[in-house]
Amino acid sequence: MIEKVFVVRNKLGLHARPASLFVQTASRHRCKVTVSKDQSGEEIVVNGKSVMGIMMLAAACGEQVKVILDGADEKDALKRLEDLFVRKFDEE
Amino acid sequence: MIVIKGVPASPGIAIGPAYVLENEEIVINRADVPKQKVAGEVRRFKGALEATHRDLDAAESKVLKMLGKEHARLIDTHRLILRDPLITKDVPQRIRGERVNAEFALSESLEVVNQAFEKMQDEFFRERRHDLFDVGKRLLSHLLKQDKKSLTDVKAPSILVARNLLPSDTLNLKENNILGFVTDLGGKTSHTAILAQSMEIPAVVGLSDASHRVKTGDTVILDGDQGLVIIHPSPEAIEKYQALHQRSLQEEESLERLRGVPATTSDGHKVRMTVNLDAIEELKAIMALKGDGIGLFRTEYLYLNRPTAPGEEEQAKVYTQVVRSLDPNPVVIRTADIGGDRLSQLGLEGPKNEANPFMGLRGIRLFLRHSDLLKTQLRAILRASVHGKVQVLLPMVSSLRELQSARRIFQQAQVELEAEGLELPKKVPLGIMVEIPSAAILLDAFLEEADFISIGTNDLIQYLLAVDRINEEVAHLYDPYHPAVLRVLEGIVQATHKHGKKVTVCGEMTSDPKAVPLLIGLGVDVLSVTPRMYLRVKQIVRSANAEELKGAVAKALRMPDSDQIRRLLSEIEAR
Repeated sequence: MIEKVFVVRNKLGLHARPASLFVQTASRHRCKVTVSKDQSGEEIVVNGKSVMGIMMLAAACGEQVKVILDGADEKDALKRLEDLFVRKFDEE
Repeated sequence: MIVIKGVPASPGIAIGPAYVLENEEIVINRADVPKQKVAGEVRRFKGALEATHRDLDAAESKVLKMLGKEHARLIDTHRLILRDPLITKDVPQRIRGERVNAEFALSESLEVVNQAFEKMQDEFFRERRHDLFDVGKRLLSHLLKQDKKSLTDVKAPSILVARNLLPSDTLNLKENNILGFVTDLGGKTSHTAILAQSMEIPAVVGLSDASHRVKTGDTVILDGDQGLVIIHPSPEAIEKYQALHQRSLQEEESLERLRGVPATTSDGHKVRMTVNLDAIEELKAIMALKGDGIGLFRTEYLYLNRPTAPGEEEQAKVYTQVVRSLDPNPVVIRTADIGGDRLSQLGLEGPKNEANPFMGLRGIRLFLRHSDLLKTQLRAILRASVHGKVQVLLPMVSSLRELQSARRIFQQAQVELEAEGLELPKKVPLGIMVEIPSAAILLDAFLEEADFISIGTNDLIQYLLAVDRINEEVAHLYDPYHPAVLRVLEGIVQATHKHGKKVTVCGEMTSDPKAVPLLIGLGVDVLSVTPRMYLRVKQIVRSANAEELKGAVAKALRMPDSDQIRRLLSEIEAR
């Protein structure tokens, strides 16, 4: 199992389109993908292959999300997901 | 007369009888499903999923036809919601686990998500839940075998009043006698609002209880500019709004008449007015403007959202289509101004996380580093040049050497293509964007070698004033009317005219009604304008007096601060 914390850098946060990109990328991998965010002390955990789940995090620009991966292709999945954050989900 | 203030979601005025869409409260009852029928219930749910997928396919082709690719993404989001494990897995699990009917299981699953969304502080995020409702409602209507209430019952042109409108409802408004709509719920950034804007249907949302106050047949005034809804308006209010509505219609009509007429000032000075093209989807609208060609074809879009750079064949096809459509008017194609962060997406070596991408590897810098990308694009452009008038524009040029290197590659491409048997036009002009201060300062040297220049005001202002417009801390310092900007523009025009060449301005300044007189007064020869503002700018040009503006600019050039310059321009605008 590996995990990594990312800061959301695209202006509008993880709204529908970036969430879709995230889910599409995550779904191409077999490993389990979980995403969590700290909301005023309470941790919200969602399925990284669910677009509504990701949107429910309401992760805005500047906020941190933790991505947890578990499965054989977790390393590759992490790389692809990391790339999305670096690219700011192609939004700027 | 009752006036309710809401959120202006889509501009425009509508006056007419209300048509209140009754709130279709779908009551969902929990029904126990006997054990042997559970599998059948799950199958029934899956059938509804499939039917909804088919609905989305139909909606997609409708969106594509009416609004273009950009909006079709909405459907993608809906599809993804429909495939979401929260629906595809949770609902069957609930049906099996709790032995309940599919409708109830679905509504329970949706409610969980809905509650999470409702708690959100951020309006933008909260609004996304309507997409979820939209999908959920479609699914339910298939489960209940209930046709969604259709708007075809609206016989006379009416203003639609509803508790809430889903994006998919909005799509059907135009073909159904709807002048505008008002809803109790919703915000400015909801998909419904965005769709209304693109379809040019006036709308006010977020009115909380309008649907209870209005009855079908009541006269309603909808003011989409101010976000007002007036129920039972007084005769005076109707008169006032009819006059307003009339005026805006007349304005639109008078703009319509400007299609195809020359952009000549009142004192006979001719300005060439071209259009900016940002994506091939805009081509049809641009053709309808009947302008003087394309002054800036931004090719960046070809490089977005893809794992490899676009090949020569693909590019040549796009450029040829544009050049052919515009012939005999010229098309200025700018080589892609992409940043270093794109490289790794295109499968190439490139910098990750540049600290300051605006001053980093982008534009011609990047294309000279990866000269194969430049060569491929130049070859594609040259191949299109056979079909009409083409000019090539290089972005982000800061030193003469960059222009010279690019020209060498340009010539190589020409030689190659001719060796391959292509008969190219005698001369395809190669020019530079003047958007880095060094290019503006060294312009006379550049003019010896560049065939033409085009001023990119957005970047020029940003670099001149050292203001990153995206940075909220300093964005207010971004000022097109800064006296230094004015002087630099004046210097560019003078130097270029001395060389007997023409000055083009592209960038936002050409689409700012206040800045256009300034550009005319400076002696700019060609304006490249966004399609949306094109006719409006032409109207400003045609009512301007170039001589008078020249005098005003001479005055402005002596002013030491932008407030004075702004005031002067406001006076001109008011005239």
